[in-house]
Order: sequence, then C-alpha cells, then structure tokens
Amino acid sequence: MDTTPSIRLPEPDRPWLMRTYAGHTTAKASNELYRRNLAKGQTGLSVAFDLPTQTGYDPDHELARGEVGKVGVSIAHLGDMETLMDGIPLGEMNTSMTINATAAWLLALYIVAAERQGVAQEQLQGTTQNDIMKEFLARGTYAFPPAPSLRLTADVITYTVEHVPKWNPINVCSYHLQEAGATPVQEVAFALANAIAVLDAVKERLERIGKAELMERVFGRISFFVNAGVRFIEEHAKLRAMGNLWAEIGRTRYAVQDPKNLRFRYGVQVNSLGLTEVQPENNVQRIVLEALAVTLGRNARARAIQLPAWNEALGLPRPWDQQWSLRIQQVLAYETDILEYPDIFEGSKVIEGLTAEIESAAREELERIAEQGGAVNAVPYMKSALVESARRRLERIESGEQVVVGLNRFTESEPSPLLSGGDVPILQVDPEVELEQIEAVRRWRENRDERAVAAALDRLAEVAASDDPAANLMVPTIEAARAGATTGEWAQTLRDVFGSYRAPTGVGDAALSNGSAPQPITALREAVEELAERLGRRPKLLVGKPGLDGHSNGAEQIAVRARDVGFDVVYEGIRLTPAQIADAARQEGVHLIGLSILSGSHKELVRAVMDELKAREVEVPVVVGGIIPEADVPELKAVGAAAIYTPKDFDLNRIMAELIDLVARQAEGERQPAGAAH
Amino acid sequence: MARAAAPTRAVRLAQRLRDGDLSVAPEVINLLESTAAGDRQEARALLRELSPTALGSEPDGQIVGVTGPPGAGKSTLLAALIKELRRRENAAVAVLAVDPSSRISGGSLLGDRVRIALADPDPQVLIRSFATGGRFGGLARGVREAAEALAVAFPWVIIETVGVGQAETEVAEVADTVCLVVQPASGDTLQFLKAGIMEVPDLFVVTKADLGEQAKRTVLDLESALRTLGKGEVPVVPVSSLPPARGVDRLVDLLYDRRTALSADGQAGLRRRRREGRLLGALTAFTREHGERAVRALGGVRKARRLLEATPPDAGYADLLETLEQNSAG
Repeated sequence: MDTTPSIRLPEPDRPWLMRTYAGHTTAKASNELYRRNLAKGQTGLSVAFDLPTQTGYDPDHELARGEVGKVGVSIAHLGDMETLMDGIPLGEMNTSMTINATAAWLLALYIVAAERQGVAQEQLQGTTQNDIMKEFLARGTYAFPPAPSLRLTADVITYTVEHVPKWNPINVCSYHLQEAGATPVQEVAFALANAIAVLDAVKERLERIGKAELMERVFGRISFFVNAGVRFIEEHAKLRAMGNLWAEIGRTRYAVQDPKNLRFRYGVQVNSLGLTEVQPENNVQRIVLEALAVTLGRNARARAIQLPAWNEALGLPRPWDQQWSLRIQQVLAYETDILEYPDIFEGSKVIEGLTAEIESAAREELERIAEQGGAVNAVPYMKSALVESARRRLERIESGEQVVVGLNRFTESEPSPLLSGGDVPILQVDPEVELEQIEAVRRWRENRDERAVAAALDRLAEVAASDDPAANLMVPTIEAARAGATTGEWAQTLRDVFGSYRAPTGVGDAALSNGSAPQPITALREAVEELAERLGRRPKLLVGKPGLDGHSNGAEQIAVRARDVGFDVVYEGIRLTPAQIADAARQEGVHLIGLSILSGSHKELVRAVMDELKAREVEVPVVVGGIIPEADVPELKAVGAAAIYTPKDFDLNRIMAELIDLVARQAEGERQPAGAAH
Repeated sequence: MARAAAPTRAVRLAQRLRDGDLSVAPEVINLLESTAAGDRQEARALLRELSPTALGSEPDGQIVGVTGPPGAGKSTLLAALIKELRRRENAAVAVLAVDPSSRISGGSLLGDRVRIALADPDPQVLIRSFATGGRFGGLARGVREAAEALAVAFPWVIIETVGVGQAETEVAEVADTVCLVVQPASGDTLQFLKAGIMEVPDLFVVTKADLGEQAKRTVLDLESALRTLGKGEVPVVPVSSLPPARGVDRLVDLLYDRRTALSADGQAGLRRRRREGRLLGALTAFTREHGERAVRALGGVRKARRLLEATPPDAGYADLLETLEQNSAG
C-alpha cells in the first residue's frame, strides 16, 4: 500500500461537527430531544428557536399568535434556557444558535444559564448566527432598523472577543441568500459584502475605544454559514472562491496577518429550496450529493454540517426524519474514505477554472455594492436582484429548461409507501403548547423581583441611547437576563429606543417578464384585460403574509407574476397581523386575497384572517399558499379558503389562470368586491 | 340624460358621506374608479350630489398633494404627518397613493408602506392605492373624483404621487396645497428648476434632516431658488422622521395656517383655488377621454375654457365635464 503523504494523509482527518437543526414546542421537550440526539452520536447542538423568540416577542403577544413553539423552541426567559440545557454540560458542549435580531439576548441567557451550572463564560464554545444583514435581504426576522441592528452585532462581537474568546459571535450567512434565489456569484458576493459591513462597524468601534489591535482576532472569529445546491461541482468551486476572496479581504482591508485568522471557516446546511414535495424520497439523494459539495475537497471542507430532512417540503420534520439525515453524515464520515486524503481537487483544471470564474464575477459584484456605499445602502439593490434571480429560476423550471426529477420530468410514480398509511409523515405541534407557554410566561412574571427587572431594563435603555463607543449592550443585557426579564421585554425596550423598521420588499423593481412574453403569459394578459372590462376595474389582488414568518419568496414570486399578467397587486411585505390584512383588503377594494404562510401556523392564521374579514363584511375569495400538509387542506377549506397551493404547484401560470377564474366566478355571483360591504 | 332621476346607489353613498360615515369610502372609490357604463353614470350622479351646488359650500376637507421623487422619504414623512394630524384634532385622514403601472402588462405592484408604518389599524385612517393605468405621468383614474368626494367626510385628504413632472401639475389641479418632498444632497433642486416644477408647490419639505449639514444646504438652495423666482414666501420645512422626530409639528402648523387662510371670507380662497382646479381638471379629463380632435371641435382650448368659465361659480366637476361634452355633441 502506498503511504506517500501526497496521496494519503498520515492520519485521517477528524470528522466535522455533526449537528441537527432542532428544537420545537417547549424547552423541556427540546431538551429531551437534544439528549437523545447526543446519545445517537451527534457531536454538537444546533438550536432552532420559534419565530416569536427570533423576533423578540413573548408568547402572549398578539403577533405571536399561532407561532409559539412551531418552527423551533420558545425561549421567553432564563428559566426556559436553563430547562433547555438541563443536564447538558455547557463547558464541553458546542452549541450553535440560529438567532439574529435577538442574538445578544439569547447569548446572555446562555451565559447566565452556564454561570448557574458553574461554568464561566470564558469556557463557552459555540456560535450565534447574529447576521442581521441577510435578515433584511432574505429571511425577515429582524427587529430593529439597520444601523442599531449593526451596533448590536458589533457589541456581541467586541464583547465575546474579550470575554467569551472561544465563541463564534457571528455566522455570516450565504445560506438564506441561495434559498431566496441567489446565483453562486450573488451568494458569494452578497455574503462577503455583508461581512464587510459588519467588520467595518466593529473596526470603527475598536478604533474609537483604542483597541484597534483586537481586529486581527475579530477577523479570525468570523465564520460563515453557507448553502450547497445539487449542482455540487460548481458549488464546491464556489466555496473555494469564497475562501480565496475572504483571505484577500482580510489581508488587504483589515491587515490581518496570521494565516490561521485568514482561514475561511464555515458551517453548512445544504439546500432546502430544491427539495420537492412530490416524490419526496428523491430528496435523500439530493441531500447526499449536496453534502459531497462541502466535504469532498479538503481545502474547502465544512467545519460543521447539518442536513435538512427528506420531508421538509411537506411540513416540520420528525425526530426520525432528522435521524436519517444524521446517518447520512455518519456514513460519509465513518464508512467512506473521504477523510483519508489531502485535497483531491488540487491541480484540477476544471475546479480551478470554475473557482477563478466565480471569484472574478463576485469581485465585480462586490465593486458594484461598494460603489453604492456598501451593503447597508445596497440592501434594496441586493433584494431586488434576489427577487429577480428567483423569478428566473422559477421560469426555467416552468419551461422545463431546468429539470427537477419527479416535478417537471419523470413524474410517473408508483404509490409511495412513505406517504401512505395512517399517519402524516411530519411533526404536529400541539396547539395547546401555545396556551401553556402563555400561562408559563405570566407565572414567570408574577414570581420575580419586579424592581430588579425594571432597573435592569432602565439601564438597558440608557446604554442603548448612549453615544459612548465603550457602552456595550451585552453588559446590561446579561444583567437583564439575570434579573429575570423576558424576551419580549428586552426587545421592546430596544424598539422604544431604536424605533421599528420594515425592509424593502424588492418586488417593485423586479423586471417584467420580457416584452416578447411566452405564449401562456400573453393569453393570461388577455384574460385579465377581458376580466377588467367586465369588472369595470382592473382585478386587484392582495398578497398578505400574516404572522412572524419571514420567508417571503413565495409571496414575492406570486406578486411579481400577478403583476406580469396584468393584476393590480397590493403587497406590503411580511409580518402583518390578520387585522392589518383585513383592513388593507377592505380599504383597497381588492377582488381576491392570497395568503402565504410557511411556518406551520396556517390553521390558526387563516382562521384569524377569515374572522377579521367577516367582521369587516369583506366577501372575496381567499387562497392560501405555503408548506401545507395534505391533511390540513379540508380544515382550511372548511373555514373558507378557496384554494390551497403548495410547493408541488410550481406552474405559476396555472395558478394565475385559477385566480382569474376565481375572480370571474365571484363577479358572476354578483357579489361585491371588498369595501362594498354595506 | 340620466340627470332627471338620480340613481339611488349614488344618492345613498352621497348621503352616507355627508353624514360623515367614513366606512363607506372604499365603496365610493370602487365606484369612482370603475369604467363600466352603468357605474360611470352613478359616479357622475354621486359627484353631483357632493358638488358645491348641492352642498351649498365647498367641502371643508383639505386636499393636500404630497409629491416628490422616489426614495425621497415620502412614506415615512406621511406616516409621521398622519400621526400628528390624528393627534391634534383626532381628525380622520384619507391617503390616496398613486403608483405607476407596468406599460407592458398593464398590471402594477402597489403596497403602501404608510399603512404599515402606522402599526395599529385605525378606523379613522383610510389608505388606498391607485395604479396609473394607461396614464403615464399623471394621476390615476378616479383620484381627483375620490379626493373631491372624500373631502366631504374626511377633514384631511392626502394624495401621494411619485415622480417629477406631469404628476405635480395634475396634483395641483385638485389639491388645495401642494407639498414637494426633497431629499438632501440629491441634486433634485436643479432638476426641479429645469422642469419648471419649482413654481407649482405651496410648500417644500426637506426630509432626512438628521443628515445635518447636507439638509441645511438643501434648504438654503431651495430658498434661494425660490427667491429668484419671486416666490420667497413659500416655506421650506426640514423634517426628520427618525426618532426623535423633528419638523412635523411645524409642517402641520403650516397646513393649519393655510386651511385658515383659504377658509377666510366665506371660503373665498378655497373657492377660487378649487374653481380654477376644476376648470383645468375638466379640460384635462375631456381631452384624455375624447381626444384633441374633440377639443378642436369645441373651437380650441381657449374657447373650451370660456365655455367652462360661463358656468355658475359653484358648478361641480361633473357638471363642468358635462358642459364640455354637451357642447361637443351639440
């Protein structure tokens, strides 16, 4: 056997950190899940928080309705965090928290929970996602305007570099950009631009407090959270390109010298966007191939991996579904020979060529963003570029140019044993959980020292309003966590100082489906014109996103296509209350309402919107789109939804034809449009 | 003509507006926007029911046009303005927001950020978006009519338009006060001067006053440009919508002052301004509907204008349009 080091490593590499993005319902239920996962050989934790926790609302807030414990665990205060980590030795664990707008708060709760276990903050290891820029671009769980959000981010970074040195204070995300439609070049460029915005803010801060020398260490602590799609060769090249550019930025922009600090460190969750609802078993091979993109080449291998589950397009995955994904990682790491070799692509003309191509295109894109004054100013530009890329991708799938097996080609299938049988193959969160959590947070508030909480929040507000560059928000945030403040109280205190904010929707600037429109679009335009004649007004569609879910791709693509076929479309962005949606429907005199919900809260939210519409005597058809399990369809129809669309309905033109038909039938029924209530 | 027996739907809607029933506003706008033949007759009848002739005076509601280039901060300003108007006299506010339609598909993406910026739903605030449809650069169909009708029930009616050029002049034909929103250091002032737009507004607002020096410079630039045009009395108000908000107070003070001035002497100023606006608006609408050729058939623009001037001073917009149509038909 040849043992020359150029072919084999003297010793196989250690496997990457294996995680499962997990958490649901209550802290207690999630804690049990974590312990089981660790027993199965998982080597780190990845905490999923519910949307109220991510956006800074307590379970009893109006906006939290229907969302508590849904897409993750509800953490409202220190007691919840202690329960979540009960029996898990925080001095040894490596915990990744997918938390952004409220990252400072959740990190503070984690630090205090550790302190109570007798573990000092210096020992803690893990990651807070803490990347607010991509929340404005793609994911939507922001809480404050850009400038104060960046300040919070910088505060977390400067605090941890000094006091929690093994912590990764930020995971700059390209993951969500790809999910929102980014091309590989956009993914690389936008993520790096976002990282530069954060680093510039930190650098300025450090210079003002006379600690500029910390910048070298700060750069070394920045990690990335990337995506990998099924075109896994290009995806691998993308990561090599990103690594090269990152080191270049470190050297030239921040004068970083130590090669260890220049290393591009990333964790990954592979692509969910390409996972299908039809023939969901095919997702398993997609996930395996995507995992290869981030493991095959040693020079750009992930440090931590979490894989989505085969049934993500159907609903929330169950523990068994997640176990399947963990086993994929374990087979890759422990059965194959992947970890035994040096980089297998070194010297490959194709990989090197692809890498250079992406690098140079990304460099151009970075310049374009720099010309606009950096990522913060370029949010509207980047957002509309993403909406545009997502639109192109959908058009390629609709036309069949991009093959998706089982969806637009090879669609014949035997009956699936995975989908038949009694139980729906997804996780169902008991709606009682929300009531329990509401009760629990109220009890918590009753049993604490109110004066201590008020004093801590006052101090927080004071520091938030201060211009002193040395005033770090982490300090009063940790105090507030210790005193027993809640997630909602912490966030509201800052909202009162910072103001609230709404990100651009990006749809306004999306290019129109070109002048020489494909035949189906032309036909739809004629149908809309004809309908407009009959109605006396152009048909008007309200696209609404109720609840806290920020995944707006679907809503955006529907809005853009409806505009392209001739509807007047009212779209006001994410995070609306059912009352706001019903008000808009009435005032705008719309003929049709489309709701988009991906957080699993569709039953509660659709019912709430219907009730609000009824209260305003608005009688127009309502359609619902999102990740909606087949089993929930009858219930949604029973409360009045006229049609339900899920990821398998990729043909937007067919949806448009149905919407036109719904409005026409409503008009024939001689009902009045919204606003004509009395 | 349908004039003899006014359709009952129009009468019913008009009565509810006259009773101050704000909840009827969306249905009124649906009707005024409609192109269906039956609806158009009803719409004319509705306007006639709400004309100064029928009411015995000009409706009290103030119509304010807020206009300016994209990105100037109009929505944020409007949200602050609405809050202040609501706070002072608990007065109801209607916002008519006009956005462009796609030339190719005819469709549009609307969506007013004002509603969202206001956070809590408020039954005393109506926000309605309009698409310009085929009318490039001008107001959307039904906006003028809606503003006139809503001014009967809403103390404040705000028309928001985007762009520089045609939109301003058309807004001026219906608004009692035109307010142009300018962003600091945007170079807009020069553009306005070139386009002859500086002469239209009754009020300038410079947004993002938190930008400090740049905002101050822009205020000075505008003031000196106005003086050159002999309009030195037109106020320029710097406003910052970021907390702590500044300048909105003064803006509302100025709107109140203007309302007082226009209402003095038995609404003399208001009557004059609205009469002139209606004459111009009727001509614009007639030309758009029937074409240049129909205007020539009337004997040209000046002849048409004289026809309109011969109508009673309190003639409503619907009557003015009808005057032109009858003369061109006869």
